Amino acid sequence: MPDRIALVIWVLGITADVCLIATSLIRGSFLKYFFLNLYVILAMSADLSRQFVLRTWGLNSVEYHYVYYYTDCLLTIALFVAVISLASRVFAELKLDKFVRITAVLLLLGTAGFSYGVVAQSTQRLSTSFTNELSQNLYFVGLVLTYLLWGAVLKLHETRTRLVQMVLALGLYFSAYAGSYALVNLASKYEAVLYLGPLLGCFLPISWSLTMLRHSEDSRLTPARLVAVQR
Amino acid sequence: MMAAFILAFSLLTLLMFFVSYCRSLTAASMHKALTEEVLDVTGIQAKASGRDFVRVMQLLQLCPDRHEDRSGLQIVGTYYSFLNLLDQSLAKLSPAVHTWAEEERAGCAHFAAVALGRRIALNREMLAQQVEL
Repeated sequence: MPDRIALVIWVLGITADVCLIATSLIRGSFLKYFFLNLYVILAMSADLSRQFVLRTWGLNSVEYHYVYYYTDCLLTIALFVAVISLASRVFAELKLDKFVRITAVLLLLGTAGFSYGVVAQSTQRLSTSFTNELSQNLYFVGLVLTYLLWGAVLKLHETRTRLVQMVLALGLYFSAYAGSYALVNLASKYEAVLYLGPLLGCFLPISWSLTMLRHSEDSRLTPARLVAVQR
Repeated sequence: MMAAFILAFSLLTLLMFFVSYCRSLTAASMHKALTEEVLDVTGIQAKASGRDFVRVMQLLQLCPDRHEDRSGLQIVGTYYSFLNLLDQSLAKLSPAVHTWAEEERAGCAHFAAVALGRRIALNREMLAQQVEL
């Protein structure tokens, strides 16, 4: 990736992260959406540490590869936890939040075990392969979970505007990210495809910040309007 | 093969989440009634229709900008263009798609009209402040 474009995207990402944290602090929602904010803080720390390692050891160094894959794996797990925190809020009224958390932990361990199993079958047991495999699988599980969560939001006639829009933003992000992973595999020769991932990384904090700015915690919407085709 | 499947699946979910996200934006303004002023200025007859959207957007450009509305209007504008595209392509095959797209465009027009109401109110406030000075 040319240095200048990558740097512009990096600065945009950091700015978007800072914007979200500042917005949630100003709006008094930092603790209310703690896991979402935690994900953004971790994303910012990962961006900074990757940049430091990149400048010190270079793009093709072993150090950069390790830092990149391990932070990516950590971020995917943090995002997974953020999805679960939103799911707990949606299911809280049904008193199913504890069940959701236990299921999520089992799913996380299951995905980690599956990914390890896939990597362990290869002759070279590289830990970076394991983290890469785990990240990809968790993104896919995250997409499916968000899809199910959206189904629950519709079924339970959720009216909280912030919650609905945060789940939808997450769904858009996971779909776009999973698509970009696939596109990189299919058409990696096109350089533009390589910018997709870092660019999409900026979308989530921006959309969450806009949601927090536009709507208060009490803001409600008409649930019937959310169903694409009225019955 | 697997990558192609994931790409197709994620494009479908992307489209679904995009439509739902835009609907959640317009849904937030659906319970807000249009003021008499907005109805007068835009010529909307009680309920906004899809055709009103372009006119309301033109009127919005004449009012002082409110940065809180800007991103929402851009997203809804993109959604309106997408609905137009859908209406010109798929709707020719199915009349139900045309009816659905028209309802959605009306929602977009209502969203823009509510934003126009807010901008008119802001305009009045600014004018009142200038008179006081």
